[in-house]
Amino acid sequence: MPDDTSKTTVPPDPAARKTVSAVLPIALAVAVGIAAGIGGYTFRYAQGFSYFLRDPKACVNCHIMQSQYDAWQKASHHGVAVCVDCHLPHSFFEKYLAKTENGWRHGQRFTTGNFVEPVVVQAKGRAILQENCVHCHQDLVHDIVLAPSARGEQLVCTHCHSNVGHGEKTGIGGPFKATELTGVKK
Amino acid sequence: MNAFLQSRTGYLVLIGVVAVAAAGATALLMNISERKAEQRAPYVRLVSVGEDDTDPAKWGKNWPAQYDAYQRTALTTKTRFGGHQGSEAMPTEKIERDPWLKRMFLGYAFSIDYRDRRGHAYMLHDQEQTQRLTKPQSGSCLHCHASIMPLYRKLGGGDAMKGFEETYKFSYQDLSKQLHDSGHAHPVSCVDCHEPTSMTLRVSRPGFIKGIQALAASDAAVPALPSITQWREGRRDTPYDPNRDATRNEMRSFVCGQCHVEYYCSGKMPLTFPWGKGLRVEQIEAFWDGTKFPDGTPFVDYQHKETGAAVLKAQHPEFELWNQGIHARSGVACADCHMPYMREGASKISDHWVRSPLLNVNRACQTCHRASEEEMKSRVDAIQQRNYDLMERAGAAIVDLIEAIVAAKAKGAPQPWVDAALQAQRHAQWRLDFIAAENSMGFHAPQEAARVLGEAIDYARQGQIAVLGGVMAPPAKPGAPAPVAPAPAASGATPASSAAPAASASAKH
Repeated sequence: MPDDTSKTTVPPDPAARKTVSAVLPIALAVAVGIAAGIGGYTFRYAQGFSYFLRDPKACVNCHIMQSQYDAWQKASHHGVAVCVDCHLPHSFFEKYLAKTENGWRHGQRFTTGNFVEPVVVQAKGRAILQENCVHCHQDLVHDIVLAPSARGEQLVCTHCHSNVGHGEKTGIGGPFKATELTGVKK
Repeated sequence: MNAFLQSRTGYLVLIGVVAVAAAGATALLMNISERKAEQRAPYVRLVSVGEDDTDPAKWGKNWPAQYDAYQRTALTTKTRFGGHQGSEAMPTEKIERDPWLKRMFLGYAFSIDYRDRRGHAYMLHDQEQTQRLTKPQSGSCLHCHASIMPLYRKLGGGDAMKGFEETYKFSYQDLSKQLHDSGHAHPVSCVDCHEPTSMTLRVSRPGFIKGIQALAASDAAVPALPSITQWREGRRDTPYDPNRDATRNEMRSFVCGQCHVEYYCSGKMPLTFPWGKGLRVEQIEAFWDGTKFPDGTPFVDYQHKETGAAVLKAQHPEFELWNQGIHARSGVACADCHMPYMREGASKISDHWVRSPLLNVNRACQTCHRASEEEMKSRVDAIQQRNYDLMERAGAAIVDLIEAIVAAKAKGAPQPWVDAALQAQRHAQWRLDFIAAENSMGFHAPQEAARVLGEAIDYARQGQIAVLGGVMAPPAKPGAPAPVAPAPAASGATPASSAAPAASASAKH
């Protein structure tokens, strides 16, 4: 009898549990599927795979580098070096570390629009650049660059050879900012 | 953990997390899609525009970003040395403190009204308001203050050049009325620099086309204008045509050089750009010295009220001074600094808010110069301050010369002495005015500006000595060492050109 009453007070309990525990995994599967689908499509739409390769066109997936890309095609190094030859380390591990770091920073800045124009190479990027100049040209320049000064400084190739990569300076300023209008003195 | 994942709450939280991730991925997808859309179609031609469409608002329907920026030229801007009330070159308080500008211009219409400089949007409106119109002014002025090409074509029966050559005979009021009646009363407009079918840059102004043709035909050195050198080395069977021969880069300066130049624009002869002997200050002076009005009298802008010297008035020779500077020589065009490239979405456009680069250091300077904004401003300020100081000295020297001439005349000094001094005043004033009226406070070519001011001071002091009975050195040829031995008095004095013109002050602007 007490068994009966307990059954009548909570009659559908085990059945309901069964239904919920059957529906939830399906809902989760659907949710994960949709997320994976959208994510996967976004990755493809954003040409995500191109970032694993070395084709310079990947660097103009975002239009912000267009003028640098255009200028590189007309500059002296375009026949012997693509973007990654100068701008990324050559060893596997360091290359992918730099790709990850740059990719994250570029993606995040470009998506939010939070960056200063004209865009210029960062300190880390300059160091990579310097290593890569020497990598190819060391037979000619080892006396100059491999002999650090008394203060441990090294000559920076691009200090003089600033236009070998992209020709003349190619940066462009950004769009109008609100402060430009409010800052006008009457 | 396992228990949590298998619980109902655990499932719900997990679904929520996945949903947020899906929403994030969708937001990113949309953002990427927008950025990709920016890359398509740089512009859409909603309306067709042609040679007779002088209203920029119509063009603005096709090129809204450029039009928006162009409209901002109506905003008031100022820098330390530019955009103030009073002189084009001097801060307000300075012109009150320093009398030399007013003293120099005595006998010239600029003493009547001389106002705040404003942006392109106001060029026609301000000209119609100026009190200088109470004196007779020529229709030539509209060459650069209105979008006037359709009216030139109408007056010349389809030939703009012919129409242009008639306009100096009209009074300003007459031509202005025709302009308003024709419906083309707009300030400088899109069609003045852009060819309406292809949007390529082109020059339209007859004054510039004639001037640059004369420059090309001369043998003056033009290191900053390579297409002229190229044309000179070619067959030369047709005159130099900027719209055919000039490089794209040169066109980005030529369109500005249609107006930001030295010229004669009063009513005695057609508007003239004085480039037939070159673009440097002494080459332009030599051109004016060799010019005669149609009535046979020697060219003069006005006669100085106190001394009677036949004086040349410089307009605003920005194009000429820029040509002598390092930026021009390095291939940096007017538009690179005054209309720098900017990003608008994925498009690279020229900033059509034409203004001082000092108000736009990031786009104008820092694309080439990797130094902070403060550092760039400070470099410019050092150049402009030095130029200003030297200009003050030249002004003081010319005031001294004017006073010395007046005093010597009162005492009855011999005529050759006075004539030599009047000639010196013409040389000195022309040089000082060339830099003072130029709108960059020396920045367009700092060393050249200092050279010109140095010569102005030298001529003023030589004139002072001459009127006291000393002798004047003959003018030095550019590039030649300065003369050491004093020359005979007669060689420096050229009374013919300074004493002959009896023409009264003829306002140029």
